[in-house]
Amino acid sequence: MNTRKQKALGIFVHTAFCLIIAFLWLIPLIWMILTAFTESTFVMKLFPHTGWTFDNLKYVWNQVPFGRYYCNTISIVVFTYAVQFVTMTMAAYALAVLKFRGSGIVMAILFVQIIIPNDILIMPNFMTISDLRLTDTKLAISLPFLGTAMGTLLLRQQFKVIPKALSDAARIDGCNTYQIIRHVFIPNSKTAYISFGLVSVSYHWNNFMWPLIVTNSVENRTLTVGLALFAKSKEAVMQWTNVCAATFIICAPLVILFFIFQKRFIESFVASGIK
Amino acid sequence: MELTFFFPVNVGGSVTKLVDKICNDWNAEHPEAIIKPVYTGNYDDTVVKIQSAIQGKNPPDLFISLCTQRFSMYIQDAVTPLDEFIKADGAEGQAYIDDFLSGFMEDSYVEGHIISIPFQRSTEIMYYNKDTFREVGLDPDNPPRTWTELAEYAQKLTKVGPDGNVERYGVGIALNSGSAQWQFTGYCLQNSKNGENLMSDDGKSIYFDTPENVEALQFWCDLQNKYKCMQPGIVQWTDLVGQFLSGKVAMIYHTTGNLTNINNNATFDFGTCFLPGNKRQAAPTGGGNFYISKGISKERQQKAWEFIKFATSPERAAQWSIDTGYVVTRKSALELPEMKEYYEKLPQARVAYEQIPISKPELTSYDSTRMWRILNDAIQAAITGEKTPEKALRTAQAEADEVLKKYR
Amino acid sequence: MRLQMLKQKRMMNSSVQAWILLAPTLLFISVFTIFPIIRSFALSFTAYELGMKRPLFIGAGNYSYFLTSGLFWKIMKNTLFFSVLTVVPSYAIGLSFAMLVNNNRKGIGILRTSYFYPVVMPLIAIASIWMFMYMPETGMFDQILMNHGKRPLAALSDKNTVLPAMAMMYVWREAGYLMIFFLSGLQNLDRELFEAARIDGSTFLDTFRRITLPLLAPTTLFVTIMAITDSIKLIDHIVIMTEGAPNNASTLLLYYIYQQGFIFFDQAKASTLTVFMLFIMLIVSMGKFISSDRKIYYN
Repeated sequence: MNTRKQKALGIFVHTAFCLIIAFLWLIPLIWMILTAFTESTFVMKLFPHTGWTFDNLKYVWNQVPFGRYYCNTISIVVFTYAVQFVTMTMAAYALAVLKFRGSGIVMAILFVQIIIPNDILIMPNFMTISDLRLTDTKLAISLPFLGTAMGTLLLRQQFKVIPKALSDAARIDGCNTYQIIRHVFIPNSKTAYISFGLVSVSYHWNNFMWPLIVTNSVENRTLTVGLALFAKSKEAVMQWTNVCAATFIICAPLVILFFIFQKRFIESFVASGIK
Repeated sequence: MELTFFFPVNVGGSVTKLVDKICNDWNAEHPEAIIKPVYTGNYDDTVVKIQSAIQGKNPPDLFISLCTQRFSMYIQDAVTPLDEFIKADGAEGQAYIDDFLSGFMEDSYVEGHIISIPFQRSTEIMYYNKDTFREVGLDPDNPPRTWTELAEYAQKLTKVGPDGNVERYGVGIALNSGSAQWQFTGYCLQNSKNGENLMSDDGKSIYFDTPENVEALQFWCDLQNKYKCMQPGIVQWTDLVGQFLSGKVAMIYHTTGNLTNINNNATFDFGTCFLPGNKRQAAPTGGGNFYISKGISKERQQKAWEFIKFATSPERAAQWSIDTGYVVTRKSALELPEMKEYYEKLPQARVAYEQIPISKPELTSYDSTRMWRILNDAIQAAITGEKTPEKALRTAQAEADEVLKKYR
Repeated sequence: MRLQMLKQKRMMNSSVQAWILLAPTLLFISVFTIFPIIRSFALSFTAYELGMKRPLFIGAGNYSYFLTSGLFWKIMKNTLFFSVLTVVPSYAIGLSFAMLVNNNRKGIGILRTSYFYPVVMPLIAIASIWMFMYMPETGMFDQILMNHGKRPLAALSDKNTVLPAMAMMYVWREAGYLMIFFLSGLQNLDRELFEAARIDGSTFLDTFRRITLPLLAPTTLFVTIMAITDSIKLIDHIVIMTEGAPNNASTLLLYYIYQQGFIFFDQAKASTLTVFMLFIMLIVSMGKFISSDRKIYYN
């Protein structure tokens, strides 16, 4: 009986502790939302003391073409993943199924990208894009990432696990390589595709430095760059409420989507991370 | 054809909308040469953007950038000298140039060529909260004129609350990277032996560690540490106006370009005045000029030139000044009725204009961006107590000399 | 004989097919990862500044410039210090979180979400919010301090507090990210082991030290290397929060590269710094290489 009580107490303490920490972790988000949705004032105190309002959001939405930035970011993210889907499927099939000379070299090249992420190569990649005369295009934002070592290797793992019997059966039925990939390998690798998809979307949605460097005009700007320009600008009179409103506009979709699909989301991150 | 036009905004208020309006007006009259305005952030961000675009071999057709960038633009062969356009306009062209205030036209020259046209020009002025002056028994119509008075008034205006925290600081100066050097130019000019600036006119020499400059930097440190009338640490340019408007600081050093913004939002009686001086009163000029890129067709350059003349017509120059608070750039604009009315309604606006004769260009040299960073780092080092003002400026001088060696 | 020829032909067909399939990926990786590395290396031996039409070979001049530059070492120190400041707490907190939420009670999803959600926000957005929180005298931290009669901190203005302040912001995010890896690792551990330990009367700490930690070793290695690599290439927050102030106390290596390359437009120096960074990445990633992960790549 004592142990039952002890256990219950233990659980209670445990839960309380978790909740307190959760609250602490939520503070910045709460602070941001409170500031974004209360009337702007020059006199700022700890707890917002002015009325609740949507004005900040409206002001920011009108001042900054966030609608445009949303379109840009979504199209870049979708385009990037779509192309990655194709390139990594092809490459993974070659590495997982086909036997050929030189596969060691290919693995080595892939390794280089695993070790050296593109983020640190912004300087030389910018020079390449300039040489290709592709600056200030959405394509330029996606280009360095269209071949993905991580995606390829992840998918290769998955492909290797698919029983040879399946592809053998398909070949006997008269399928060519393309059809085999399409009907046997792709449908059986959903997890890998989703995992990588979530990582890719997340990375490119959040990407800041590269789009900043490579684009200039509003037609090609992404959400992150738009936010940074706005935050550093002197346009906003009462800056912080507006910056918070802008931040809210940018974060809200992913955070909300995340709250809904959180289990799947977390699983995918893990699957793609540990290789 | 469509011409791309990069522009920065460094002040509060809906300035992007104003620029858009000028472009829309032009586009309505000139459908054959549409101007596409692209907002590229504050001055620093815009400089980077323009450089990137030039490096990326995809420069904008025309752009507004700091006048201090003219040496860099010139040495990269990135901009078209405007002399031939002026000459092609004959007598009219010369009259156009002469109509600009010489204080502003001065920093359009590199090696005798005119390479930019003044547009959004400013000087630094001091804004002060008259209500707080009255509160502590100071005469609201007699702002401080010297450094000593500044320190004195600022100390009086600093209000410490019952809990020991400062409720209001006497004076505020922005010290973040990208702003500190502007204010420091002012202090340097106010204290130098014979009015020398931080650099030589040809942009090849820098004078950071003169004893007078060390004195000036020491004064800043004293305001923070000795007199305790300035907020310690690094206050951001963008935050200073908000602090002023919320009554957290009684006097601020800021650009005249914020005048309209402050006027629209101040809930108290405010005044503007010349910057307090030491050996003399002086102020830095700042702001952006129009540049035309080099690598574009003659036709485009011609259209760009016409747009520039359009945007800087006396009426538009006057309107721009009224809408923002930037100083009017042309003498003829002053004669316009709307300008006279503006000064009548808002006497605080006169100050910036009247300060022009004693204003000099801000830190400009070859490799300007690097110079700014060197100076700003030094100022921050001194302010945060990492180095003494003398050591900080001495190090900065050495670094600057090292960089400029190759240009001599 | 004929069979051998057939086999060889099949192998060649296979090869051709493989190379065709690999072509796009290899193309992109070669152009945007391999080639830039080579280019950086090449440019690092030149001088190539604003206004120069072409790079000028100067041997190891750039390397000696940086290796003797006080600022360079200051930045390297900052980068190392920042890395430690973020990796160690993220690891500890991440692991703690994972252990806290490693159960299936009702509503555990909500808890996991509360710890993980910062990962979903762009770092730029996080930096904006935290910059606001750190604002001198009007930000949340200073207001709390002042309400309790203490002096305001102005965390981002003081060279001693700026890196820890930024680290705290990043740990807030990274801990949740590492949490899920640890969670996955924990969930893969055999429950029976813990049952046995409990029956034997093992205390929590004992179990942790003797069973949990050692079994988590592979996860730990992986997570640590990932956290280190992530922390070294951080840059977004610097651009928004301090731009390196005060006096480069918060400048990290990638920001220095950005500054040299994109603000001063000195491509040679930026390339040299990139080479340094590549070197560091290589060393850190060696760990990944050497660890048991290698088996997964080659099997």
